[in-house]
Amino acid sequence: MTSTLLELDGLTKTYPGVVANDDVSFAIRKGEVHALLGENGAGKSTLVKSIYGLVKPDRGTMTLDGKPYEPAEPRQARAAGIAMVFQHFSLFDALNVAENIALGMENPPALRDLAKRIRDVSEQYGLPLDPSRVVGDLSAGERQRVEIIRCLLQDPKLLIMDEPTSVLTPQEVHILFETLRLLRSEGTSILYISHKLEEIRSLCEHATILRLGKVVGTCDPRATSARDMAEMMVGATLHVPEKADAAAGEVVLSIKSLSAPAPHQFGTALRDISIDVRAGEVLGIGGVAGNGQDELVAALSGEMRTRTGTISLNGTPIGRMGPNERRAAGLSAAPEERNGHAAAPDMSLTENALMTGAVPMGLVERGFLRWAKARSFAEDIIKTFDVRTPGPQNAGRSLSGGNLQKFVIGREILQRPKVLVVNQPTWGVDAAAAASIRQAILDLAADGAAVVVISQDLDELMEISDRFSALNEGRLSAPRPARGLTVEQIGLLLGGAHDMEVAHVEA
Amino acid sequence: MLRLERRRQPSSFWRWAAPLAAVVLTMFLGGLLFAAMGKDPLIAIRTIFWDPLFGQYAAFSRPQLLVKAAPLILIALGLSFGFRAGIWNIGAEGQYIMGAIFGAGFALAFYPSEARWFIFPGAILFGLLGGMLWGLIPGVLKVRFGTNEILSSLMLVYVAENILAKMAIGLLKNPDGMGFPGSRNLKQYAAAHNPELAAGTGAHWGVVAAILAVAGAYVVLSRHRFGYDVRLTGQSPRAARFAGVNPGRLILICMAISGGFAGIAGYFEVAGPSGQISIDFNVGYGFTAIIVAFLGRLHPVGILLAGLLLALTYIGGEVAALTLNLPIATIQMFQGMLLFSLLMVDVLTDFRIRFGKAKVA
Repeated sequence: MTSTLLELDGLTKTYPGVVANDDVSFAIRKGEVHALLGENGAGKSTLVKSIYGLVKPDRGTMTLDGKPYEPAEPRQARAAGIAMVFQHFSLFDALNVAENIALGMENPPALRDLAKRIRDVSEQYGLPLDPSRVVGDLSAGERQRVEIIRCLLQDPKLLIMDEPTSVLTPQEVHILFETLRLLRSEGTSILYISHKLEEIRSLCEHATILRLGKVVGTCDPRATSARDMAEMMVGATLHVPEKADAAAGEVVLSIKSLSAPAPHQFGTALRDISIDVRAGEVLGIGGVAGNGQDELVAALSGEMRTRTGTISLNGTPIGRMGPNERRAAGLSAAPEERNGHAAAPDMSLTENALMTGAVPMGLVERGFLRWAKARSFAEDIIKTFDVRTPGPQNAGRSLSGGNLQKFVIGREILQRPKVLVVNQPTWGVDAAAAASIRQAILDLAADGAAVVVISQDLDELMEISDRFSALNEGRLSAPRPARGLTVEQIGLLLGGAHDMEVAHVEA
Repeated sequence: MLRLERRRQPSSFWRWAAPLAAVVLTMFLGGLLFAAMGKDPLIAIRTIFWDPLFGQYAAFSRPQLLVKAAPLILIALGLSFGFRAGIWNIGAEGQYIMGAIFGAGFALAFYPSEARWFIFPGAILFGLLGGMLWGLIPGVLKVRFGTNEILSSLMLVYVAENILAKMAIGLLKNPDGMGFPGSRNLKQYAAAHNPELAAGTGAHWGVVAAILAVAGAYVVLSRHRFGYDVRLTGQSPRAARFAGVNPGRLILICMAISGGFAGIAGYFEVAGPSGQISIDFNVGYGFTAIIVAFLGRLHPVGILLAGLLLALTYIGGEVAALTLNLPIATIQMFQGMLLFSLLMVDVLTDFRIRFGKAKVA
């Protein structure tokens, strides 16, 4: 029987108006992979921030290795043997791997020695990484390896990982899990935060489930079904999106040999993309972040103009049209980044409703804004898509990520577009909201719209797509029927193999 | 120990209280300055802020309030569009000068015409065009070549000043002026003159234009698509592009608006209070208007109030120079202090001050 590494007892943290953690107690044993499950806003981040010394709990105690543990800042947490890989990487694009790692260290050794240690650790744990490569050129998976190796160099007792697989291909996930299992066999404990239940089932021995700041259950994920865990997390029966089988109609959106140069230094060029999307179908486009997703959305939404004739909507070329002309023609888009791209965080929801609804919904008359109409459009979105907010006068930033995403997707869907292009529709969105967004997308397709969903969540794509295609280095693979595709086939389409090849050459 | 802690949301109270606090802080710092110069600070502050409006000789100085406020408000309103969208036109002074030259040049080209219905509106239009063209130069450079509009617009001020000097002793020089530099006096050219509309108020057509501009800017910013685009661009440029705003076009329009407003202000000034194109025609309204725009929170009504306040410091500074023997540069110092105080107090909008030891939050 392994002994306890870290014990939390009655941790409570309140923020004005909200209890983030309410009397949370659980224990992490030595050498176990412990899952922390919960929807957005369940208090997972606050809890791990308490452990990592970023947040000071109001009440409760922590015991590490039998000794009281009260980190005042992350430095103390690291000194005590606790390391954390954040969901958002804190790396400088213009520096190389070794320089980035040195920046995070208290007393960095000479770069050459550090590079050697990085090579050693990366070989030992099967995470191929060349210390001299510039971070800007690395894939998301490789960037994550930089963060993990940064942690491993401290020889941690407990490694906290916040949603580590959201940016990885199946093959990369596989490599990561091997590494984590190796760490576990060496006695390192891992606190693994995720909402991907299948992963947790294959990796973790123990799971603690949080809802609204409280521990609502613990389970052995290996012996519990994903659905049961999801329902514990949500606290309600989960609605699984239903997909109606419908025959695909006429070609609505047609892309013919679309190429475009990379818009900026770390962008991706689009290379010879051709595809037809028919009325009533959902085309799922998978791929690891940074393979041209943003550029493809920009080319379709009209933010990036392309050569005449490459993109057409119902036979009309739209490649040279701006975003509003395309909206008027019936093409709506929702980019990945909610804050500052798909929505303006400092503006009210009414103003955000105007952002794309102005032309198609007739919210502007002879140049003048029709505020009353815009407001009722915003209210309509809030009501139809169950956006949790006191009202449309609230700023976008006051909404949680999931709610703002529901607003953004709802805003496009309510415009009844003929073509909808969405990038990462449920990124960072809790399970219930994700299910309702997916259902809304399916309903739109069932009503005869052509839908393009770009996502890195393969489960999502498999759930809602009719056809699947992969984006790799700006190239789009030929679409294949989504039904019956295996994870291995998808992984190969995504070009995960290619990623590993590079690493082997370097190693 | 004092500590700054970032607010979750900018404080809406401090957003509007900051300008007022800045004014009070400026009075205080100014008082210290006057005390250091050996003047009674209370008397100096009263001379600058009170006497011009309510003092013994207020009848002479009071009309000056509107005379000075009108160009400040007009220019600041124009600038506020660009500033809101993140386009930094620092060269309103040059656009103001070019507006005056174009307007006066048009009017003087027809001298001694008596067709006021044609000359006066035409000259205003030319003033508008002159300022607009001068503002569009940095705008086009930015859109075409990505140059920094802060530098190019500022440098064009000095070009404009040299053109002004050249005009005053060359092309626009008064043929009957006995060789003195400077153009004909437009006050004596009825068709072009921008007269005081009601005696003793200081109100001329520029004041009317400023009031109309305040109302117009308010409507455009709150009700028109263009104002929405400007605000969206300032807050989230990427979201604006997604919403269909063409960033290059927006830059050109904003530069044209700020240049045009400055140009109109230039003509009203040269055809009224100033009277002629002279080497030192400009007195820095274009720069002071930047302070007005920020002190007024880039809001039309705020700019109206801030414009009046800064106009008061101009007059008060002159009164203080006369009665207290303060150097005339004191006004500029005072105006500069106002901007710095505002920047200091503005910290409170985004941060709160905490006393005591830092807690891990």
